[in-house]
Amino acid sequence: MYNILVGGAAGQGIDTTVSILEKLLKRSGYYIFTTRDFMSRVRGGHNFSLLRFGTEEITSHSYILDGIIALNEETIELHKDKLNKKGFILCDSSLEYSDPDLNIIKIPMTQIAKELGNIRASGSVAVGAVLKLFGEPFSYVEEVMTSQMKDKILEVNVKAADAGYKSVESLFEHLEGGFSDYMLISGSEALGLGAVAGGLKFYAAYPMSPSTAVLEYLASVGNSAKVLVEQAEDEIAAVNMALGASFAGARAMTGTSGGGFCLKVEALGFSGIAEIPLVVVDVQRPGPATGLPTRTEQSDLKFVVSASQGEFPRMVIALRTQEDAFYQTARALNLAEKYQIPIILLSDQYLGDTTACVKPYDVSKISMVNYDTETEGDYLRYRLTEDGISKRLIPGKTKHLVAADSDEHDERGWITESATVRNQMVEKRMKKLDGLCDELLEPEFMGAENCTTLLLGWGSLSGPLKEAVQTLNRNGGSYGALVFGDIYPLPQKQLKKYTEGRTLINVEQNATGQLASLIRGETGIACHDSILKYDGRQITGEEIVAQLLEGGQKS
Amino acid sequence: MSEFKTYETAWCPGCGNFSILNSLKTALEELGKSPHEVLMLGGIGQAAKTPQYISANSFCGLHGRALPAAVAAKIANEDLTVIVNSGDGDSYGEGGNHFIHNIRRNVNIAHFVHDNQIYGLTKGQASPTTAEGHVTVVQTEGNINAPLNPMLLALASGAGFVARGFSGDAKQLTAIMKAAIEYPGYAYVDIMQPCITFNKINTFAYYKNAVKPLPEDYDPSDKLEAMRIAMGLDDKIPTGIIYREDKPDFHKKHVLLKDGKPLLDQERDKGVLDNLIHSFI
Repeated sequence: MYNILVGGAAGQGIDTTVSILEKLLKRSGYYIFTTRDFMSRVRGGHNFSLLRFGTEEITSHSYILDGIIALNEETIELHKDKLNKKGFILCDSSLEYSDPDLNIIKIPMTQIAKELGNIRASGSVAVGAVLKLFGEPFSYVEEVMTSQMKDKILEVNVKAADAGYKSVESLFEHLEGGFSDYMLISGSEALGLGAVAGGLKFYAAYPMSPSTAVLEYLASVGNSAKVLVEQAEDEIAAVNMALGASFAGARAMTGTSGGGFCLKVEALGFSGIAEIPLVVVDVQRPGPATGLPTRTEQSDLKFVVSASQGEFPRMVIALRTQEDAFYQTARALNLAEKYQIPIILLSDQYLGDTTACVKPYDVSKISMVNYDTETEGDYLRYRLTEDGISKRLIPGKTKHLVAADSDEHDERGWITESATVRNQMVEKRMKKLDGLCDELLEPEFMGAENCTTLLLGWGSLSGPLKEAVQTLNRNGGSYGALVFGDIYPLPQKQLKKYTEGRTLINVEQNATGQLASLIRGETGIACHDSILKYDGRQITGEEIVAQLLEGGQKS
Repeated sequence: MSEFKTYETAWCPGCGNFSILNSLKTALEELGKSPHEVLMLGGIGQAAKTPQYISANSFCGLHGRALPAAVAAKIANEDLTVIVNSGDGDSYGEGGNHFIHNIRRNVNIAHFVHDNQIYGLTKGQASPTTAEGHVTVVQTEGNINAPLNPMLLALASGAGFVARGFSGDAKQLTAIMKAAIEYPGYAYVDIMQPCITFNKINTFAYYKNAVKPLPEDYDPSDKLEAMRIAMGLDDKIPTGIIYREDKPDFHKKHVLLKDGKPLLDQERDKGVLDNLIHSFI
C-alpha cells in the first residue's frame, strides 16, 4: 500500500491533479482511498489531499507518507515529518527549499508547461512524474485524461505528463491489484446516485458546505435522470418545497449541513404529523453555528433524533461508506414512502468528500415502494389502521380529495381538537414504528467474535474503526467493533449480543460521546471508556490504535 | 350549483373571508374546474384556513411556508390548479422571503393574500401592513414601523400579474380571481378585507369609502403607470388588475418541464442509471 499527499494553496489545482491521479491508479488496478482536507477559502491557505492506494481494500486515511507532491514550500514544512524513510518530495524546480536529509525531487514543471504553451498543464507534469516514481505504465494517461478534459487542452496535458514521466526514475514497484473495474466515487456522489436509484424526482437545497456536493451532483445528472433540482431561496423553502412536491406525488429530498438543518426542523414535524414522505440529508460539519465549514464532525446525532417540537415517528440512518451512501439513500426514500415519515440521512464531510473504490452498485438490490393509486369507497387520508399506515393517494390523480394538515386532524385530514381523535392520531402515527423497528438493520460487527474489548461507533468512523480493529488483532489484540448505520430507532439485538462482559469503548468524532449517550438512554448499556475527537479532522485507524494502546481517555 | 362545497367554518360572523371564499368558489365554478383538479394551500392564520373550508385538495402547511410547497406541487404536477390563500402576516411577515423569490421563480400559481392589516388568529397585533400609529395590544403606543407596500414590492421584484381586490366588491374580485387563476405564471392578488374583531380602524366602511376601481380604459401593460398607482399617491386605493405582463413561466423555461409532461409522470429512460453507475468506473 502506498500513500501520497498533494498539497498547496487553494486555487493551485490540487483537486484536478488528484482526481486524474486517482483515476489513473485505479485504471492500473489499485484500490483507491482519497481524502480531502481543505480550508474555507477560494484562494491561498493550505489545502491537501491524501491519496492512498493499494492492492486490498483501504478504509481509512493515514498520515504516514511515501511521497509529498508539494505545490508550495509550506506543504513541505508542514508534512515532511510524516514521510517514510524511503519517501520523496516532488516539487517544482523554482522552490528554494533544500534539506540534505530529504529526498527532494525537483523538476521544472512550470517551465515545461510554459514551453508546451499552457502553464496550467504543470499539474500534469507532476502526474506523469508520480506515475513513473511508482513504477506505473504510461499507457492509460491519454484514455483517462480524455475522460477528464476538454479536447483542446488534452494534447498539451498528455505531453506534459509524458515530460514529467521522462524526468524521473522509479522509486517504487508497481503492485498488481484487481480493482480497475470498481467504481471510484465520493460519498456525496454516491448519496446522489442512490437517490436517483431510489426514485428521486425532486431535490431542493440551498448551497451549504459540505452538502453542496450532493446538490451539484444531482444538478449534473438531473436532466437525464429526470430529477428536477431546484436551488431554493433558503433552507426553509427547500424543505417545504420537498414536502409540497412529495405531497403532489414526486419523490422528494432536501439536503444541507447542520446549520441548514436547524432551519428545516419545523418542517420535519410537519412531515411527521401530515405523514408526508420526506428524506432530509445532513452532511455534518463541526458546529455550533458556523463552526468549521469545510471540516468534519459527528455532532448532530442527538440533535436530529429529537429535532422539532412534539412527538412523531422518524428514522435516522448514518451513512458509513460509499456503499452505504448509495444503498441506504435509495432505501431511505422507499422507507419514507412506505411509512410516510421523515427520514434523516447523516453523512459528514469526511465521507462526503472522500473518494473510494466500491464494487459496482447492483440496482436489483433496491426494492421500490410506490404510493397507492386508487381506493374503493370513501377515502380517508388518515384512516385508522392496524399498522398505522393509511393509503396515500396523490391529489389530481384520483377523484378523491386529498388533504394534508399541520394541525391535528381527523381521518379525513380536517382540523380537530377532539381529545379522542387526538389520542387516536398520536397512537396511529407512533404505531408505524412497530413495523419500522422490525426491518431495522443491525450494526455491522467487525473483528474477533470472542473479543474482550468492543469498540462502538457510527457513520463514517466505520472505515477507521475497521482498519484499527484489523491492525490491533493482527498484533495479538482482542478487539471487535459494532458500527451503526441505522441508528434511530436504535437497533438493539447486536448490542445485547456483543456488549455483555466486554470492555466497551465508544469512538466518536464529537466531544460528548453522543452515541454512547443514545445507547445508554435506550438500553441502559454504559460504555467504560471513550475516544473522542472534535478538532474537525477525522481520526485515522492508526490514531485509534495508538490511543487504545496508550489507554483510552476516561469518559 | 357549484361543485365546490363550503365546510363548517370558524371565522367570525361578518368576516371578510366569507365573501372572498364565495368569490373563489364562483371563480372556480365559472372556470369549469372540478374539486379534484384543484389544490388549495395555506400557511397559518385565519385566511390560511381557507383550504379547510372548501371542497378541493388541501394542504394546510406551516406559517409562512405555503408558497414553497405550492410551487413545488405545481412543479411536480402541472395538471393541478394551484391556489394559495393566506393572510398578510403569513405572506408578508413570516413568509416574506418566499414572496419575493417566488415572484422571481414565476411558477404558474395564484396567490390570494387576504390583507386585513392585522393579525387575526393571534388576536390583534400589528401585521406588516398595519398603518403607522395603529394602537394594538402589543403596539401599545401605536405602531411605529412603516407599513409594507406589497404591491410596489411585487412590481419592483418583477411580478407579471399584480392585482388588488376588495372583499366588499365580489363581482370585481371574482373577475380578478379568474384572471389570476388563468394567468400562466405567478399571479398575485392583494385582497383588502376588514377584520371585524381586531381591526377597528380599517373597517368595512373604511374600505368601502377608500377603494375605487381602476377606470375601464386602464392599460395594465404599462409598468410605470402601475408603479405610480402602487405607490398609493392618489386619494383613493385603486382596485383591479394593476399590472399584467405575458412572459414565459418556470415550466416553459425548465428543460424538464417545457414539453408539458408532469414531472411525476416522467419515466427515466432505460439504461440511464446503469450509465450513471458506469460513469464512475
